[in-house]
Amino acid sequence: MTFIGKSIKRVEDKRFITGQGKYTDDIVLPQMTYARFVRSPHAHAEIRSVDISNAEKMPGVVKIFTGADVAEINGVPCGWQVDFINGETMKEPKHPLLVKDKAMHAGDAVAMVIAETYGQAKDAAEMIIVDYNPLPAVTDAKAAMEEGAPQVHPDVPGNLAFDWELGNAKDEVDAAIENAHHVTTLEFINNRVVPNAIEPRSAIGHFDTSNDKYTLYTSTQNPHLVRLLLCAFVLGIPEHKVRVVGPDVGGGFGSKIFHYTEEAMVIWGSNQIKRPIKWTAERSESFLTDAHGRDHRTKAQMAFDKDGKVLALKAHTYANMGAYLSTFAPAVPTYLHGTLLQGLYTTPLIHVHVNAVFTNTNAVDAYRGAGRPEATYLLERLMDTAALEMNMDPAELRFKNFIPKFNGVEEPGYQTQVALQYDSGDYHPVLKRALEMVGYENFRAEQKAALDSGKLLGIGFSTYIEACGIAPSAVVGALGARAGLFESAQVRVQPTGKVSVYSGSHSHGQGHETTFAQIVADRFGIPLEDVDIVHGDSDAVAFGMGTYGSRSLAVGGSAIVKSIDKVIEKGTKIAAHLLEASEEDLEFAEGKWTVKGTDKSVSFGDVSLTSYVPHNYPEGLEPGLDFSSFYDPANFTYPFGAHVAIVEVEKETGKTTLKRFIAVDDVGNVINPMIVDGQIHGGLAQGIGQALCEGTIYDDSGQLVNGSYMDYVMPRADDLPQFEIDRTVTPCPHNPLGVKGAGEAGCIGSTPAVVNAVMDALSPYGIYDVQMPITSEKIWNILNDDSGETEE
Amino acid sequence: MKVKISLSVNGKSYERMVEPRTLLVHFLREELAMTGTHVGCDTSSCGACTVLLDDKALKSCTMLACQAEGHQVTTIEGMANGDNLHPLQQAFHEEHGLQCGFCTPGMIMNAADLLSNNANPTEHEIREALEGNFCRCTGYHNIIKSIQNAAAKMSAATV
Repeated sequence: MTFIGKSIKRVEDKRFITGQGKYTDDIVLPQMTYARFVRSPHAHAEIRSVDISNAEKMPGVVKIFTGADVAEINGVPCGWQVDFINGETMKEPKHPLLVKDKAMHAGDAVAMVIAETYGQAKDAAEMIIVDYNPLPAVTDAKAAMEEGAPQVHPDVPGNLAFDWELGNAKDEVDAAIENAHHVTTLEFINNRVVPNAIEPRSAIGHFDTSNDKYTLYTSTQNPHLVRLLLCAFVLGIPEHKVRVVGPDVGGGFGSKIFHYTEEAMVIWGSNQIKRPIKWTAERSESFLTDAHGRDHRTKAQMAFDKDGKVLALKAHTYANMGAYLSTFAPAVPTYLHGTLLQGLYTTPLIHVHVNAVFTNTNAVDAYRGAGRPEATYLLERLMDTAALEMNMDPAELRFKNFIPKFNGVEEPGYQTQVALQYDSGDYHPVLKRALEMVGYENFRAEQKAALDSGKLLGIGFSTYIEACGIAPSAVVGALGARAGLFESAQVRVQPTGKVSVYSGSHSHGQGHETTFAQIVADRFGIPLEDVDIVHGDSDAVAFGMGTYGSRSLAVGGSAIVKSIDKVIEKGTKIAAHLLEASEEDLEFAEGKWTVKGTDKSVSFGDVSLTSYVPHNYPEGLEPGLDFSSFYDPANFTYPFGAHVAIVEVEKETGKTTLKRFIAVDDVGNVINPMIVDGQIHGGLAQGIGQALCEGTIYDDSGQLVNGSYMDYVMPRADDLPQFEIDRTVTPCPHNPLGVKGAGEAGCIGSTPAVVNAVMDALSPYGIYDVQMPITSEKIWNILNDDSGETEE
Repeated sequence: MKVKISLSVNGKSYERMVEPRTLLVHFLREELAMTGTHVGCDTSSCGACTVLLDDKALKSCTMLACQAEGHQVTTIEGMANGDNLHPLQQAFHEEHGLQCGFCTPGMIMNAADLLSNNANPTEHEIREALEGNFCRCTGYHNIIKSIQNAAAKMSAATV
């Protein structure tokens, strides 16, 4: 029986629906203590003194650490280096475990209080007296580069971490724009959003004095990477003496990729006090310290000929890095953003320039899509705006500019102007299908009828490409990655023919325990329940690069296939021996090796048992049936799709209601359609949230004024419709599964589609540019008063 | 100072000494080691800690443990009957109504309250009823389908 392409119900569900999931905060160790961090209330402040004398006397206090205690320890490192255009090295100020002399953002940790209970740790934290001298703060990336702006780091004058450019020669692009029939120009802010996994970050550090071994339980997307960074770059402790476990993790969306200071503090601290330490963020701490996403301030121009063919694209972005460079932060506005500006279009000339800037805000790093949503927003807002300005149909404008179909096998991949070579693509069908689903033929008439009866309906389009499973390691290394981006997998066939798979990918909702098992059961021809997927524990799994960038199936799944192939190859040798036939005469299908053209066969279970009880066994062959593989892909994968939003804007209140959302995505081959659909749904909700309601608000002093669930607006159930989704299938030509990745697609395509729809609805008023999030307040103000101010 | 409380959780009586400031959710998680009820925020906004108090959905972070004195609490751990899943649990599995699973217990408990008051809710009524529960994974799409599925199962069972 085949398991590929089937919506198998998830095997991991049982523990979650019965309340038996095991998240980090659910773990209790003997003698465990609890930590509370004292965090700077100021965005930028000198720390004159930290007085812990009263706090130390509080009940239950075990130990208090301040910046002075960890001053000699390295900070948490950045994992990606992007140097200046002029060759100068990226500015990389230390991100200390606790700050000693200066707080760089509201939420920077100043002290760690450890007590017998969490309540006692909180009580004692209140008693610490920190004498701050508040300094002027800067929160906006462009403002931070202006003359006289507050300086975040004394050793980074001008606050510029690096600048970067890519594409065709700038003067060629400028000339094409100068001479074009039409140029569409947009300046916009891609709003800063907070990932907001519903499980707050949590970490437990445990130093075992019996064997000098550390264990870190942490809500992470990649335990092995955390271990590597923790050992090799922060604490300098031997890697073989550290076990990192990422147990059940309640959502990540990027924010749990990174190695955070709290992880290092609980590990280091557990050796100081010789007891385990647990820290779990309160939601307000998560808002202040989980790496944020987006925050680009961009000016972009797209030039067209009179028929609507795109001639050139130019973009400049100020990317807000926050106060420190988080693990993958430098890659996001550069190699995950600038490189995607070809989109689905044949644009012959592209130039992108990025300034990555320090501010007195929390760090910004990869959030679902990471750079690709920003690139898509840039392109797709330009496309719909250009269509409006040139009085062309926005769908037609896209069809006119799509790259022609190529499968990456007989036809070569598509070489973009911005470094990447797309693997395979067929872009017309996704938009065509989306238009069919919308009923586009009739929509404009409905829209007109609605307008006549006083209703503002709008339709918005977005056709996107993304780059997933970034690889191969040598290429990403050349682009500045300080890590490889391969994956490992071990397939261990047990003597009885049951299979344990150890994957370096990590599931925090994606359903690996089901999808990966489908692949294994399918290839071996055994029942699904005979396969178990183990992940998230560095002691169990040899190595892993973790889960982010929609890489698990394309990279992690392919690593599993490599090991499966090795098992079958060795199994064939054993089967040939047992059947007294030559290997060439055997075929392996449906869980058994058969001598071609006969009924002589031997089962998978018999072969595995023989491999562990090798009495009657091929000479010279090692016993056992257990293989590890490392898979380093040949290229990125390039999913794509077309998203269409239909909105209604209520004139009286400015409220936007999302009436319909249609998504047609092409993520290559699909192993479990149910799970892929679920990934799309979730991505859509997050992308729609960015468009309509989400976004941080920092005041002038650098306070995050909407840093709680009371104040930061995320989509709730009654804000969204049921989604209408479909897909086309263009297999990836370079991995054994033909898969491309589905985790981020929904979040990449949806944001501009929604914004474009609102702009379309408002077009009767001549309004074509409103900044995200497009709240009812913003629209009401624009419709009622151009100054944006209201009268009491 | 600690105070004595006695209450019933999932049909079993418990008597414990607790700090008066202990929230019901922390009592469940830390005193009783029932970690199926989750904490996702500090403002009673996310709904991950939803339990039933005398059959009515309650965010267990909004109540002190000592206020639950004498009441009957049902948590996610008390929903299945031995190996027989509650129809809502079964429906969440069938409709892929969960991904990371963190919001799931709260969603199921809230939905149980909804269905006990409205056996056949419309999509709109379900969406309104879930307004106090955040999910960041599913976009709510399959959660809606799960609750519709459970409503159908439960109606069929009572006919």
